[in-house]
Amino acid sequence: MSQDVQTEAAQRRLLFTTDHRILGVWYLLLSLAAVAVGTVLSVFMRIHIIAPDLKLPFWGVVPPEGYLALVTMHGTLMVFFVLTTAPVNGFASLVLPAQIGAKRMALPLLNAISLWSTVVSFLVLLAAFFVRGGAPISGWTNYPPLSAIAAAGPGQATGMDLWLVSIGIFCFAAVLGAVNLLTTIISKRCAGMTLMRMPLTVWAWLVTAALIVFAFSILFAAVVMLLSDRHLATSFFVPPGEVINGVISRAHADGSPMLWLHLFWFFGHPEVYIAILPAMGLTSSLLANFTRRPVLGYKFMVATTLAIGFFGLLVWGHHMFVSGMNPYAGTAFALTTMAIAVPSSAKVLGWLAMLLRGRDSRVHPLPTPMLFTLGFLSFFIAGGLTGPILAQPVLDAYLHNTYFVVAHFHLVMAMAGMFSLFAAVYYWFPLMTGRLMNERLGKWHFWLSLIGAYGTFFPMHFAGLAGQPRHYAQLTGSTSTLASLLPLQKGITHAALFLATAQLVFLFNLVWSARRGRIAGMNPWQATTMEWAPNDTECRVACGPYEYFDGNLSCFAPQCATETEQE
Amino acid sequence: MLSAARVWWMPPDGALHGIAIDRLMWWNLVALGLLFVAAHVLLFAAMVHRKKAHAQPRSSLRKEWIGLAGLTLMYAWMAISAQRLWATIRYQGAAPGALQVEVTGEQFQWYFRYPGADGVFGNTRPDLISAPAGNPLGLDRTDPRGNDDIVSSALVLPVGREVDLGIRSIDVIHGFFIPGMRLKQNAVPGMEMHIHFTPIVAGDYSILCSQVCGLGHARMQAHLRVVPAGEYAAWHASHEPQHTSGAAP
Repeated sequence: MSQDVQTEAAQRRLLFTTDHRILGVWYLLLSLAAVAVGTVLSVFMRIHIIAPDLKLPFWGVVPPEGYLALVTMHGTLMVFFVLTTAPVNGFASLVLPAQIGAKRMALPLLNAISLWSTVVSFLVLLAAFFVRGGAPISGWTNYPPLSAIAAAGPGQATGMDLWLVSIGIFCFAAVLGAVNLLTTIISKRCAGMTLMRMPLTVWAWLVTAALIVFAFSILFAAVVMLLSDRHLATSFFVPPGEVINGVISRAHADGSPMLWLHLFWFFGHPEVYIAILPAMGLTSSLLANFTRRPVLGYKFMVATTLAIGFFGLLVWGHHMFVSGMNPYAGTAFALTTMAIAVPSSAKVLGWLAMLLRGRDSRVHPLPTPMLFTLGFLSFFIAGGLTGPILAQPVLDAYLHNTYFVVAHFHLVMAMAGMFSLFAAVYYWFPLMTGRLMNERLGKWHFWLSLIGAYGTFFPMHFAGLAGQPRHYAQLTGSTSTLASLLPLQKGITHAALFLATAQLVFLFNLVWSARRGRIAGMNPWQATTMEWAPNDTECRVACGPYEYFDGNLSCFAPQCATETEQE
Repeated sequence: MLSAARVWWMPPDGALHGIAIDRLMWWNLVALGLLFVAAHVLLFAAMVHRKKAHAQPRSSLRKEWIGLAGLTLMYAWMAISAQRLWATIRYQGAAPGALQVEVTGEQFQWYFRYPGADGVFGNTRPDLISAPAGNPLGLDRTDPRGNDDIVSSALVLPVGREVDLGIRSIDVIHGFFIPGMRLKQNAVPGMEMHIHFTPIVAGDYSILCSQVCGLGHARMQAHLRVVPAGEYAAWHASHEPQHTSGAAP
């Protein structure tokens, strides 16, 4: 009996804990659940495009609105619950305090409230599948009036309300989490941890948290305004004289959907950097760790991170070149967007230079986290290079909302982001379990995923150039030009199935290594940063974060020098 | 004639402004494609090539700075060349003599209205909109200016004449997209957006909806027929309303 009480108490400790490491693991498990659901949804989408009449398990024949519900929920799950939750709150909770020599977060209770609010938000979102009308069909951007008027489509009634409530809760949670991160980084650094000695991951989280405070506050306001348009007869986003389904709407006075677009993308574009900045920080750290050389131009990397964060707030209009925005505004946003390509290119050049200089000294054979970092780099380059094309309004006016854009953001955000998350999981797994993940399985996972991801997303550029719009449930219709793209889309679907299946290797590795993986021991990667320092040491920092010395694996200076060593 | 479907490139261009756009697109894709290849050559070189360890002298970052300067110049070239073209196409409205056509999107259909002989569109009112009663745009029959308006579900244009499209929506946001004309503009309820272009190659072009607008989004398609001037005149004449108070054709 006493054992029951003990396990119950232990369970309660896991649930009601404010311990940042346990919260970090919870965040990551939530993201794992979200990425699993999101991937299954995308597989259903891919199958539907090439075989609209096929009966899917648990679903039957998917109607066009079902396809759009899949798109909406896939995008929402992946952008919010995977690419925001995991790299920011997940891994920051796991390692950030240790990396700056803090025993705990500055506001641990806030961190716990943020986690559980995110879980509630996730459940509310999934509930949208089970209400009358199903999940919303207006895409993750949910432009009004389609999202403002329940009669505009199935899923736009209760489903849409649930989406808005879910995202409202998510915004609340994200801002709480960001306040905690900002406060922690500013106030909890240990002795000697000056700003310019912080690991680049910490710099990335600092800028990301600042972006979250701006972006998610605005999205929260937008979501509240849209709910108010739907239920309180306000008119922020709905113009007068709407005729939907033959019924004229008299509830609305003089709103404009353009206001939603501006508010949404003022959130939506910084969101991209929220997802990718932590990945950039991790890339710099891992390249230093595995080439056994310091980060090339540390100050330069900090400066480009700050520049990307700053410009990230000024480029939202490039999603709106053909939306009805003033064409002069299009020019302004095109220039800021081109400007952000410069610090991004600078980072890539820096990483390539680190790799080339580290050829002689790097760890051999390349460990799995390093492979996934190289994968991140490859996808960031592949997806990033189409950025300048889409930044030109005159070219974007053709490519906007085609598969070209789908290819662009899946490479630069989704695949680059995911590969960096994988790198982080393989790298920091010992901090969660005390064990290393299996290297052989990890390498299989990497190569299969790399091939699957390029096979899925690279051909989409061509569908986009051929003029195929996004969100098309099938390739039929009164014009015949789209049907010729069916063979291409079939190939993409097969590659997507391959990519999704390859993730089973990862899941298996995760479960197997958690129980049977090789015991990691202290500092398995011979890293300098302080998350690898022994648990109870009182650290005092006397050097920069990446003091690796050429060539020799054991030749490096950990940031954590204990008090006794100092004396 | 249906334009031949292409899979690896844009469909054949039929618009005057499209020639410059296609050229720009080509140069951009070539330049960025080469950079993609170059970056991956470096990546693979870094992965494969491995000499025995010997301390390498720390070299300066000059090469990287030159690379960054080169990329910055390229981005600047892209920004400037694209802006000049964008300004030419979008900063100014159509010439006064351009053919006026009003485009209306509604779930899930495009409608095209021609102003008729008087060159003026009649009033429309949302409360008169009724597709089953043959008035999908809500034409106000009491407005004499609208008596000669033509409403069509296909867009028919004469080759070589500039056209000024006024794009609207009566319900949700739609995306008016003619790939073959290198033309895209959202149709936003409560606003009328004007874009202008000159079709120069006769043929049949797809009109698609590029902004998700509800369950029928994928089937919201229509045809643009670009025809010789004489054929256009004949089409226009045959579609003129026969009596002043009749239903729209």
